[in-house]
Amino acid sequence: MTTSLTTESLTLGYGTRPVVTDLTLTLPTGRITTIVGANACGKSTLLRGMARLLPADSGRVLLDGADIHAMPTKQVARRLGLLPQSPIAPEGITVAELVAQGRHPHRRAFARWTPGEDAIVADALEATGVLDLADRVVDELSGGQRQRVWIALALAQQTEVLLLDEPTTYLDVCHQVEVLDLLTDLNRSRGTTIAMVLHDLNLAARYADHMVAVHHGTIHACGRAEEGLTEETVKVVFGLDARVVEDPTSGRPMILPLGRHHVRHD
Amino acid sequence: MSATVVRAARRRASRRAGVTIAALSCTLLALFAFSLVWGDRIYPISDVVAVLAGQDVPGASFSVGELRLPRAVLAVLAGASFGIAGVTFQTMLRNPLASPDIIGITHGANVMALFCILVLGLSGLAVSVSAVIAGVGTAFGIYLLAARGGVVGTRLILIGIGIAAMLHSATLYLLVSADQWDLQGAMRWLTGSLNLASWDDVAMLSLAALLLVPIVLVLGRDLGLLRLGDDAAAGLGVAVERSRRLLVVAAVALAAFATAATGPISFVSFMAGPIAVRLVGPRGALIVPAALTGAVLVLSADLVGQFLFEHRYPVGVVTGALGAPFLVYLLIRTQRTGGSL
Repeated sequence: MTTSLTTESLTLGYGTRPVVTDLTLTLPTGRITTIVGANACGKSTLLRGMARLLPADSGRVLLDGADIHAMPTKQVARRLGLLPQSPIAPEGITVAELVAQGRHPHRRAFARWTPGEDAIVADALEATGVLDLADRVVDELSGGQRQRVWIALALAQQTEVLLLDEPTTYLDVCHQVEVLDLLTDLNRSRGTTIAMVLHDLNLAARYADHMVAVHHGTIHACGRAEEGLTEETVKVVFGLDARVVEDPTSGRPMILPLGRHHVRHD
Repeated sequence: MSATVVRAARRRASRRAGVTIAALSCTLLALFAFSLVWGDRIYPISDVVAVLAGQDVPGASFSVGELRLPRAVLAVLAGASFGIAGVTFQTMLRNPLASPDIIGITHGANVMALFCILVLGLSGLAVSVSAVIAGVGTAFGIYLLAARGGVVGTRLILIGIGIAAMLHSATLYLLVSADQWDLQGAMRWLTGSLNLASWDDVAMLSLAALLLVPIVLVLGRDLGLLRLGDDAAAGLGVAVERSRRLLVVAAVALAAFATAATGPISFVSFMAGPIAVRLVGPRGALIVPAALTGAVLVLSADLVGQFLFEHRYPVGVVTGALGAPFLVYLLIRTQRTGGSL
């Protein structure tokens, strides 16, 4: 029932340059994993590799224990969903039509569209709060609405695992929180296993059940946010001196960067 | 309750697509009938039907059966082939300028067809096959040149336009240095013409279409998903590289076979897709509407070229006159919206 996704000594790269080296990671099922790291540390590459978009140079990605590249890609898409960093909404496409594309892996070639699928699409639109927008053209929506539509597409795919590459980029802080709350809702109500790359360390710590800090293509630290996000981790992974304090609103760790200016010395 | 909202939204879109396809089919049928009836001599429908039924009608049997019918059928086949090839490329590269007649692919097929006929003295299947190989070769060459820097898209289109210009000058060179090449024949390879349409051309192109169109149709849904970006399509279970390769080869081959039969009828590949999108609305499936639009374009442009003016013009001159302003319009629009199709 619950799909598992793991990597086994995975090495990935573009051409001859390895970006991810010998990385072993298990996504806890039914949990939210956030992946953080400096620019170009390999975190997005890792996510793309886990989503079978990149062939493994060595090692394997296992979906329910089987090599993901040995399975028909459409079959994988029934169990594993992906929201890439910058998906393209075709000009003029409506919300309902775009979200309906999520049904692709479940449909045979030339099969007729069934009422059951309308219900699934409607359910996805409702869960993400965009049902009122069903008839609207995607290009005309705000960034926050558009991101919810893309998440609805991934929901319509009905996978037990969902990978998201920086789902909050380009959104203002209000919409960032909205998207992360939405994903948490999905995780809690449907038990979806979620893994996402996030830029904002404090949000990543707050919304994670499990946190992975990637450095130079390997895992530097992983575990609960309190274990994963320490002053030492921030120093090594981001090359930044920072204080880590307890976030008074969530009890999760929160980083306060120590830059060269505006820091009190007492 | 909420499912009905989705169903209603989806029905509205698919009804528009259905109406458009029906309207295009009716237009095409009407144009086709008209092109059989109309000419220097106007035959009554009953004669045309009799010829179609295989009866011997003095006069009509030759001018309808041997001249107008193959011409009209070839117009439909070539128009549909150019339309499908164009919309496939435009959708795949997410740019209306990426059609095979802009980025040099049909030019490659054209030069090879001309070289085979004029220099090697070949004809028939050999010409078509060489044209297809040259078309695929040109596409591959453009891809290799464009892929070097990593970024494809606009780079590929600009390189393609350059290659198209080079190949066009090769066409001119071959024509200028050919012996006793009558003007009508020459026009066919400059802008495309149906003046020399024969049943042989029809047979060749329909065979190619029979083989290639189903490939494109089967991969049509993948093509629609590729519009969401490669990563999103892959995430939805599209075998991106395999689908893309098959689609490119099928589209190039269709364009090349059509070019070998009629010459490069200007701008049909380029116009059919964007016109079809405007008619159908932005639905995933554009292949059938684009094929119908291409066929309507070629058939109507050929009628205009034959009968509307004092002189007879080859079909490519008419589509060229239509296509050039359309190109300017799309360029302005793409600049403004950065739009895909």
